[in-house]
Amino acid sequence: MSSDAKAVGSKKAGSPLGLRIAAITGLLFLHLPLALIILYAFTTEERSFQFPPPGYTTKWFGVAWYERPDIWPPLYLSLKVAAIATLMALVLGTLAAAALSRAKFFGRETISLLFILPIALPGIITGISLRSAFDIMGLDFSVWTIILGHATFCIVVVYNNAIARFRRLSGNLIEASMDLGADGFQTFRYVILPQIGSALLAGGMLAFALSFDEVIVTTFTAGQQSTLPIWMLSELIRPRQRPVTNVVAVFVIFVTLIPILAAYYLTREGEHTGGASK
Amino acid sequence: MTTATLERPRTSLLTALSDTFFRQPKLLTLLLLLPPLLWIGVVYVGSLFALLLQSFYSLDDFSGLVNHQFTLSTYAQLFEEANLQIILRTVLMAALVTLASAIIAFPIAYYAARYARGWTKALFYLAVMMPLWSSYLVKVYAWKLILAKEGILTWMAEGLHLKWLLDGILALPVIGGPSLSFSYIGTFLVFVYVWIPYMILPTQAALERVPSNYLEAAADLGADPRQTFNTVIFPLALPGIIAGSIFTFSLTLGDYIIPQIVGNSRLMIGQAVYTLQGTAGNIPLAAAFAVVPMAIMGVYLWMAKRMGAFDVL
Amino acid sequence: MPSAVRFENVSRRFGDVRAVDDVSLDIASGEFFAMLGPSGSGKTTCLRLIAGFEQPDDGHIYIFDEAVEGVPPYKRAVNTVFQDYALFPHMTVGENVAYGLMIKGVGKAEREQKALAALEMVKLGGYGARRTSQLSGGQRQRVALARALVNDPKVLLLDEPLGALDLKLREQMQEELKSLQKALGITFVFVTHDQGEALSMADRVAIFNEGKIVQVGAPEEVYERPNSPFVADFVNSSNVLTPQFASGHGGTSKWTSLRPEKIMAFAAGAPVPDGHAHADAEIETISYQGAVTRLGAAIGDMHLIAQVPAAATRFAVGDAVRLTWPKTAMVAMEGGP
Repeated sequence: MSSDAKAVGSKKAGSPLGLRIAAITGLLFLHLPLALIILYAFTTEERSFQFPPPGYTTKWFGVAWYERPDIWPPLYLSLKVAAIATLMALVLGTLAAAALSRAKFFGRETISLLFILPIALPGIITGISLRSAFDIMGLDFSVWTIILGHATFCIVVVYNNAIARFRRLSGNLIEASMDLGADGFQTFRYVILPQIGSALLAGGMLAFALSFDEVIVTTFTAGQQSTLPIWMLSELIRPRQRPVTNVVAVFVIFVTLIPILAAYYLTREGEHTGGASK
Repeated sequence: MTTATLERPRTSLLTALSDTFFRQPKLLTLLLLLPPLLWIGVVYVGSLFALLLQSFYSLDDFSGLVNHQFTLSTYAQLFEEANLQIILRTVLMAALVTLASAIIAFPIAYYAARYARGWTKALFYLAVMMPLWSSYLVKVYAWKLILAKEGILTWMAEGLHLKWLLDGILALPVIGGPSLSFSYIGTFLVFVYVWIPYMILPTQAALERVPSNYLEAAADLGADPRQTFNTVIFPLALPGIIAGSIFTFSLTLGDYIIPQIVGNSRLMIGQAVYTLQGTAGNIPLAAAFAVVPMAIMGVYLWMAKRMGAFDVL
Repeated sequence: MPSAVRFENVSRRFGDVRAVDDVSLDIASGEFFAMLGPSGSGKTTCLRLIAGFEQPDDGHIYIFDEAVEGVPPYKRAVNTVFQDYALFPHMTVGENVAYGLMIKGVGKAEREQKALAALEMVKLGGYGARRTSQLSGGQRQRVALARALVNDPKVLLLDEPLGALDLKLREQMQEELKSLQKALGITFVFVTHDQGEALSMADRVAIFNEGKIVQVGAPEEVYERPNSPFVADFVNSSNVLTPQFASGHGGTSKWTSLRPEKIMAFAAGAPVPDGHAHADAEIETISYQGAVTRLGAAIGDMHLIAQVPAAATRFAVGDAVRLTWPKTAMVAMEGGP
């Protein structure tokens, strides 16, 4: 810790070397494993994770595209679930943020804790709870039970993004709008929505990314359907062509990367709220 | 209403509704809150109660059917030697993972909060956000590649003539194993890797709220850098670290995929829940097992709230 | 003259705090009316009650003789210039100014033309396409003014509009606001904690303290004849004499206001002019303020401030002085502290 402490004293002189090395090593630790995933998508060795790969090829991309029809239905399902769950979360999360940022009322703290609960508790609890509730209600497992589960934890992501923006939205702007003759709905349309729009979009993007690769809750709420992460999990446990799994993983990395970058771009002017409490 | 009101009479339905909300602001708050609250309250909290209810039932050993009668016997089973081992093992793992995450995360968070400016700040932020949001399974898979017997770690150890060290570590009792991907060390590494962004972001958020003139004030009052760190920076960063630990601790407690893919055959709570509700069909015991992390997290959240950790969430 | 805004026994409570406590008030049409008081005295809440952002718990509010309880802000023909201007950050200057007209359903061409005229009125003719973030504090203030005035409000409310401006700009804006009000003939209700601003701009001033109006009157009246120690102290920074001291030094046995600039300071034992009262005092503080010097002096446990021409000052702290003042300068007040 002494290197951190020194940092304080020598702030003007730039960061101390020890701290910089620690920070950069930490970041490399975060990123190198993902680079390996990409590397192994090009290996010629399909049975083991031999390093360095004995040879390089691009044939697995073709194999994944043409010879593995089992990839497509899970992909479609994941996209469908993520899209619907995100839409539901957008509506419910925005409503919750709007209500809780409006006024102080009794129980507000408890309610905001309630919205954070689905991500604060381990996913397996959310999963098994929903499963036993569906059992009790006699609900058949289907696409909709998956969506129900995903929407529950996606609400939090939208809520977190929206409430941060609502708090920054000065109450004066709303009063100014009403003062100038706009009723509540007009104020929402012309003042509130343009102000929170980018935060909602960012929240929606992150919710989509979260839903798209969720596996823990999905395992419990899915019936016979398999989403892309579930497909991947079964490939991890019982591998067939390992490099094909890598190809799909590379695809997943990029599919989730786009909304993350977009969400960052949309909220970069403000506080960094997006993932602080995913 | 002729002179004071606007010249243009406004009788639209929306305006009338807006008037009502203006006179009854609480009604609007209630209407806004109702749908999400019903969702979380009924779907989620209702489910949690359903789970809790299950844990008070028991499994009939002979018929294999769930006996729908209130009993504490299922909870008593948690205290059997094998089950207690699972719980202790998981809690210990969660605690170690949390500690390691906090130590690794702090320099990154501190650097990002204090020194990174402009494009480096954006780079740091993205560099933390991307692994946080990128696919969980992909990340776990990446470590399967790294830790495999024929993988990059072994190759590096051989290249550096440190194979003896790796073999020595694997030969250690309890934490060792046939290869890193079948050992507690491997499980631990993957947990730390996968959850660490959850620790960095709140720690960084807490550090960013420490104005630099606090540090100048501390120095001005005679504190040396170490004292400044101990008396100003660390106490102010602590709520952030606790907020981060909520995630690292909770996520480790409940995970069943990481120890299944990278680890030895000894179960953790998550795996126990998964196998009990699935192949074993013992829903009551699975539920009772699931209540353990719930109870631990309940206490944890309550303490975190008292220490002000929620303000940085 | 018809009444523009009338309060009848209006109260507004926040929890246990009586922000506005049984206030009655009558603002005439076309008047420039200032609400003056320290922070937390209830003046801003009164303004918000007129705008419609707050509703009274008791009493009635009339705008041009119509009761407005329960009428939302967007149905009131009053507009507000906010303290921090509250310009919409996602709109240009022109869109900000045209906002009220757009909501009213005025056609695009007409509202653009009116917005342009309003901007020209506040001397920001070519600024319509700018972003609000590109403006200085003084310019934002003018945009906020134009945005309110373009709607032809019956009453314009101004909430400490000059508070964020520097001294020179503030003095300039005071002049402009005053002439604008004269030219437009609109009722202005102006909230401020700066007594100089209130006295120099307003036709009448209401002085607020602890949720109540303590005095209403023309600036000269309030300045010359404060009715309570609070007004004497807050508006004039006057000396407030206790009944005992006043009656022993040429006044009546009431709380009495004595303005610092009315007091003269001489060497000890100097003769007292006719019609003057005097007190022998010891100088405690001397503060040089350019053209004048303020002397703090003690007579037993009574402390007085005297404001004397700087050139006439030859005293040092601890000197014995004789303070004299015309008896006519002593204003007896009804209330106590």
